[in-house]
Formats: sequence, structure tokens, C-alpha cells
Amino acid sequence: MKKNAGNVPEHPMENLLRMDRIPHIWCSTCGIGTAVSCFIQALQNFDYPLDKIAVVSGIGCSGRIAGYIKLDSFHTTHGRAIPFATGLKLANPELKVIVFSGDGDLVSIGGNHLIHAARRNMDITVFCVNNFIYAMTGGQCAPTTPTDANSSTSPYGNFDHPFNIPLLVGSCGATYVARWTALHIRRLTRSMQEALEKPGFSFVEIIAPCSTLYARRNRLGTGLDLMKFYHDNSVIQHGAPLESLDIQFQKKIIVGKFIDKKRPTFLEAWDQYLGKKLGDKFISAEKGIRAA
Amino acid sequence: MKADPKGVLTGEHYLDGDHACTEGALAAGCRFFAGYPITPSTEVAERFSARIPHVGGIFIQMEDELGSMAAVVGASWGGKKSMTVTSGPGFSLMMENIGLAAMMETPCVIVNVQRGGPSTGLPTMVGQSDMMQARWGSHGDYEIIAISPASPQEAFDYSIKCFNLAEKYRVPVMFMMDECVGHMTEKVVIPNPDQIDVEPRRLTKKSPKDYLPYEPNEDLVPDMIVAGDGYRIHSTGLTHDERGYPAMKPEVQEKLVHRLVDKISKNADKIIELEEDQTDDADVIVMAYGITSRVTMPAIFKARKKGIKVGFIKMITVWPFPEKRVRELAKKVKAFVMPEINLGQVALELERVVSGKAGVHHIPHAGGWVHDPEDIYKVIVEAAK
Amino acid sequence: MQYWRKPLDADRIQIPHGEIHIVRDRCKGCGFCVEYCPKDVLELSSQFNIKGYHPPEAVNADACVHCQLCELLCPEFAIFVTLKEEEQTVEG
Repeated sequence: MKKNAGNVPEHPMENLLRMDRIPHIWCSTCGIGTAVSCFIQALQNFDYPLDKIAVVSGIGCSGRIAGYIKLDSFHTTHGRAIPFATGLKLANPELKVIVFSGDGDLVSIGGNHLIHAARRNMDITVFCVNNFIYAMTGGQCAPTTPTDANSSTSPYGNFDHPFNIPLLVGSCGATYVARWTALHIRRLTRSMQEALEKPGFSFVEIIAPCSTLYARRNRLGTGLDLMKFYHDNSVIQHGAPLESLDIQFQKKIIVGKFIDKKRPTFLEAWDQYLGKKLGDKFISAEKGIRAA
Repeated sequence: MKADPKGVLTGEHYLDGDHACTEGALAAGCRFFAGYPITPSTEVAERFSARIPHVGGIFIQMEDELGSMAAVVGASWGGKKSMTVTSGPGFSLMMENIGLAAMMETPCVIVNVQRGGPSTGLPTMVGQSDMMQARWGSHGDYEIIAISPASPQEAFDYSIKCFNLAEKYRVPVMFMMDECVGHMTEKVVIPNPDQIDVEPRRLTKKSPKDYLPYEPNEDLVPDMIVAGDGYRIHSTGLTHDERGYPAMKPEVQEKLVHRLVDKISKNADKIIELEEDQTDDADVIVMAYGITSRVTMPAIFKARKKGIKVGFIKMITVWPFPEKRVRELAKKVKAFVMPEINLGQVALELERVVSGKAGVHHIPHAGGWVHDPEDIYKVIVEAAK
Repeated sequence: MQYWRKPLDADRIQIPHGEIHIVRDRCKGCGFCVEYCPKDVLELSSQFNIKGYHPPEAVNADACVHCQLCELLCPEFAIFVTLKEEEQTVEG
């Protein structure tokens, strides 16, 4: 083990972090760092060459994740991480492409891409950090903000109805759907690994505390208090009906693995369908030339 | 490097501009297409979807133009030459990720078969009114390359040129067709693969240890990598340093944005392609691009018959604008004439460059149809006085 | 913790011991590790780190069983545990 100054061994995750960019920008008691920590653990357990793994993020607090992971990593435009990842995967099918971003990015501005990638069973893994708020821009209402929660653009409380994200992606055809909180570190890590191993569109929602904006505006204490809330109020219910997964303000959160099924991925369908229709004349996508 | 024979449909064909554009892209080595149907560009997508399973590559019809452009940028980093095609409304939606492509220095080609605008405008009828949008459409300062073809043959030839320039300068290249050229059917000759020069990606020769993703070469363009080749790079739409890491500082911004602009403007002489005819002793020079360059010809012939010394510049490259050549000519000629199917876009740039040293006569047309050559002739006569 | 009956293999199981490493200046004092350490090994120290937070310290280091929960939970990559080399996880 390499030694740091002061004779402390190297942190075991350093090989997958851009250490020259640490400390990261996330606030004290933010849950994104924990989600990243679980992700790195899952990557270390995942039997796949690391050089062939790429991480794509959009914009927002969670959009910064790609910038800290020492793999091929892309920090794209707001909401467009999934289509960017779609291009990356289709152009280089041997890549394992992971989209790691936030709820506002993936479900609001990127919502159309999310449902279509699930519909196509695009072979990418999506990790969605849901902190119920637009944190990077200062705590505005998101399509995931629970009804009654306060945000800087719902200063009298949110009258609107939030998305049930597992229901959304599940009904569009995702092959793996799970939800955990940032406190469920072991289960989250295992779930992330399962999602990585799953062919097709796999999706894990990670409920994570936003201390500076969500917790503060709603007088819920710090991120640690939210972690304690998750501890007391999350219910593990594998295979729960997707319709039951609505999240209400400070009510119980159902977590678990809800969908784990198999259907042909976009690329499998491309190869199988066109191969059948065109016979010998068909040349698969992998055989297409690289740009050089 | 020569073209991959799989993508080259050598022979004589009878094709419209849209189909010829697709063949050019395939000949240039484009193996990834993401797009969304929009008149009058859809035939490019249709032909690509039919051809690519025979060539090896991917066609994906995305959910919208935002996604299409993002997928094109992603695919380029995945190592495939990639393109999309659209028209006015879709072009507007693509601007966000065209900016990303410019910032991440991603080679890609955006075909815009222009129709009349603004908004939904004239979906089935010609326009050239997206020329300024091509240049300035995404926010911030950056430079792109824009090329306009005037025939199906040129749609084939210059489609290849677009891909080559995109690779050479790591920049999004706009192929600014128009509905007339897109839907005009003519003879198109596709040469043998060994007669087609194709620019390979400028992949770094450095080891991952020594490589900096945004360290420019002498021509101001950095060498690239393909995701999955073990370089583990980071690329971002944020202002970044040579490591590709976000660095939100005025001095980093200054350096980066200047280089994004300079890599095109300082290499302009190598990029710009013009066809000049009798410009040396001309009194009046007509400049035009796309379909308008063809509509102009009868007016020029008529004026020459009447004894007016008219030179003609057909602009293949519209952006970067041929500043140097126009400045030279402005010292010698009485006036420039520029017909275009908009109310004065590239003509603004012409006026700026001429800066009062000669007259500039713009011939506007709001779109829907091409100019009447007689109208162009009248302006030439006026300009020669 | 009290067991209501003794596991049959209790005499053959050796509980592992971990050595806790804290990268003090990376810590943002969230307290996750302190709160969730199952053996109550950690406490926030009264000292400040370079960023002005109170990093944790191992006040009961000998009790660490190398479960690595703090390592996975820490959002700052600021704490990790190595297995004490003289120890073995399971015997027999």
C-alpha cells in the first residue's frame, strides 16, 4: 500500500478518484459523497476492466460527480447526460456507460430522454441522486419536491405533485429499478453492482440529504438529521408495487429492489432484428470503423 | 487516409441533395447518426437508416433535437464520426449542445437543410436565413465552420469536406444546405474509395501519463482520445484548464475562449474555399452561396453581355468569412453585390469587412422561393454605375 | 450487546480488529461516522481541522471490528479502516 505523508496508508478509493480535485464541492452533511463512495465500492466489486467504464453527468450538484471519478468522465449540458451516454455507448459498445446525476437534471429537464432511454432499453446504468430540490441554483422547487415542502420558488409550500421516479422508469420498460437512501450503504452498493451487471436500462434512485437547502428551508436540521429520519422511516419492501412508491413530505419512504427483469437491449435488438431482415448483407455496429 | 470502401457507393447516380449528402457522409466515414425528422431534411435521415446496416454503424431516431445533438457529441467521444441533420426549428433546439461540442472540441457535423423562418415558417420551401444562427446560435464566444453546397454533387463532395474539417480542427461543422439543393435531383458521380481523402481523428500518441486533453498543438488544436482507450480523461462544458478540469477563473476563461476562436480564425486561410470567376479586373463582384449562387449566374452572364465587368465569388465556406480576400478586392472594385435568401445576414459581415472601401449592395429575399435573376441583374447594373 | 444464548461456534470465531485512519483535513465534520459506528469507536474531536471542522477521533480504537461502515458512509473519503495484520477473520 502506498504511503501518504505522515505515514498514513492511501485511502482505498483513491485509485478511482481524481485526488487532485478533492476536497469536492459538496456541503458538509450532503449525501452525494456517500453515494459516490458506494459507487466506487460497487465499481471495485464489479468485474469489468476499469478503462472500459465511462461516467456521464449532467448539471447540478450531482452533475459534478463525473468530475471526481478517475475514469473517462464527461460533464455535459443540463438534462442531456442520458442522450450523450446513448451516443457514447452506441459508438463504442464495449464501454460500460454510467449516468450519474441528480433528480432535476434527469427527471425534469432531461425527463424526455429518461423515458425514451428506458423505452429503448438502452444499455446504460443510471444512478439518480434525489435530494428533492434544485440545490446548485439555491433550493428551487423540483418535480421531485414533495407536496407541502418548502423551496425558494415554493415559499408557501409546494402545492404540486411530485414524480414517483421508479414508477416512471419502470412503466417505460427499465429492466432494473431500485431505490435506497444514502444511509443504506451496503444495500445501495450491492444494488449499484447489480445495476452495473444488468444488461439494458438499469436505474437506481438514491434518496440523499441536502443539508444546506432542503433541510434548512424545511427546518429539518442537518443532513445527519435526515439520515436519522431515513433510519426511522424507510421501509424495505422488495418488489413493492410501483404505484405505492410515492414520496410524501416527511412520511415513510419505501426502498428496495422493485424490478429485475430481462428484455433485449437496443443494441441486441438492432443486431438481431436487422440481422434477420438483411441476412448476409447486415454488418453489425461494432464492425463500423472508428474515426481513426 | 483513404475512404473505407464499405461506405462508398462508387458510380454515377441520380440523387437529390439530401441523399447525396448522406452518401458523402458515409464516404467520409460517418458511422453514427442521431436525428429527429424535420422537413425538408428528413431524406438524409431516411437514407442513412436504410444504408447504415449495410455499412456497419448506428442510426438512432432520438426523442428530439436536444437529444440528437447530445448523442452526436457522445458518439464522437466514443470514437465514431457522427452527424445529425435538421432544419430551422430543430437547429434552434440543437444550439445548446452545439455549444457543448465547441467547448469540448468535439468533431461532428450538423446538416441544416434550410427552410423559410422564423418559427415554423415555410417547412417545405427554401430559405437561407439560418446563416447567422449557424455562426452565433449558441451562447458565448466560439467559432465554427459553415459550408454551403449549390448542387447534389456538391452536397456529396462538401459533405466529405465537412467531416474532414471537423476532424482536423475538432470543431462542429455546419453543412448549410437549403431546401432547393436538398430536393433538387441531378447527376452525382461518386468516385472510387481510393480517390476520396478522409481525415482521420487526431488521436494522441502520448501515453496516458503524459497526455493532457486540452493541451494545444502548434495549430492550436489539441489531440484527442477515444473513451475506453485507457486515458481516463475528464471533459466538461465548464471553463477548463489543459487537464480538462473545471477552472472558473477569468485568466483560464481568457485563454480558453481565445484559443477556441483563434484555432479557426488563425487557420482561416487553410479552411476557406472559394470559387472565383473573373474577379481580377472586375468593377463589380457578386458573392453568393448555396442555391443563390446558381440563381445568380444568368444575371452575371447578362451583365457581362452588356459589357459590365462582373466578377463572381461562389462561397463554399461561408464561416469563417473570407475576410482577407474581400479586403484585397475591396481596394480594387466599385462594389460588391450579395443576394441571399434572408433579409441581410452574411451581407452584414460583408459590409463590416468592406468597411466603406467599396459599395455593398444586398439583395434581400424573405424566402419561399429563389431570387429572380432579373432582380440581381438590375442591382449589378446599379452597382456598376 | 448481550446474547440470550451463546453461539455454538463462539470459541472458534475471532473477532477482527481494524485500524482506523482519519484524513483529518479532508473531513467536513458531518458526524455520520460517529453516529453510525456500531461499536461507538468514534467521537468528534474538540480540535479544528484546516477547514474549521471538528474531525472525528477514535476514542475507543480497540473496539473497532473492521466493519468499514464509516469508510463507506463518509462523504469525504476522509476515513478508512485497515485490517490489523496480526488478526485473522475466521479460524477453523
